[in-house]
Amino acid sequence: MILTNIETVPGKRIVEHYGLVSGNTVRAKHVGRDIVAGLKNIVGGELKGYTELLDEARNESISRMVAQAEALGANAVVNIRFSTSAVSQGAAELYVYGTAVRVE
Amino acid sequence: MDEQTSFETVAPFLIFFVYALPVILMIGGLIIGSILESRHFASIRSREAATADYPAVPTRSWDETRAVAEVRLVASSVVVSLDYFKRILAGLRNIFGGRIRSYESLLDRAKREAILRLKESAPGFDIIVNLRVDTSNIASVHNRKKGIGGVEVLASGTAIRYERRKG
Repeated sequence: MILTNIETVPGKRIVEHYGLVSGNTVRAKHVGRDIVAGLKNIVGGELKGYTELLDEARNESISRMVAQAEALGANAVVNIRFSTSAVSQGAAELYVYGTAVRVE
Repeated sequence: MDEQTSFETVAPFLIFFVYALPVILMIGGLIIGSILESRHFASIRSREAATADYPAVPTRSWDETRAVAEVRLVASSVVVSLDYFKRILAGLRNIFGGRIRSYESLLDRAKREAILRLKESAPGFDIIVNLRVDTSNIASVHNRKKGIGGVEVLASGTAIRYERRKG
């Protein structure tokens, strides 16, 4: 599966479009991470626990999107976009969407 | 009499915890925070110099005269938080308006770090095109004061590796 965030796949030609595919995950941070992050809030800077959490969640969303594209018979997803939003206290939604295509 | 003395011995500690501790946390946070920040900037500068021949650009064009060997979607994020002192400074700024320098430096290093991680996640590639940098608030919306404030910086792009020329 080839993934890009531009309209084409460099070096290849798109022969068929399958439409929109997307994947999402909603993740809550756990208490241990919240406590560490709370301490980190005193000095400021990067919250590594949250960075890891969001990266894991994003990879999960991407694999769900890829599974959807594979079910349609696509071999690439182009024009991928990411969006992150805080849906409630302590939970974040990660949404990934793109266009499933077949390239040759 | 006995109760009186026990109160007198405890009182200084009470005063310490109520008034002095937040101040100590604030000043300690400021000092440690600024040391960590200058260290981080030094690391960012040296890594940026090391990856200067590996461009990450927001345009969508690449060298179409060369054959493309591999294409990969890359994405990396950095979550940063503000320290107590900076938050108070920013609160004061809200009264008069104007630039909040402490937030500027924080977001600047988060963005540069995210782009560096993008390059480091795809070693051996030649260029990253269509670079996007998004910032989103992942702190709780309803409970802004109590919750842990965090800003996520997400960088994404398409990494391209060209076919190596023979000879």
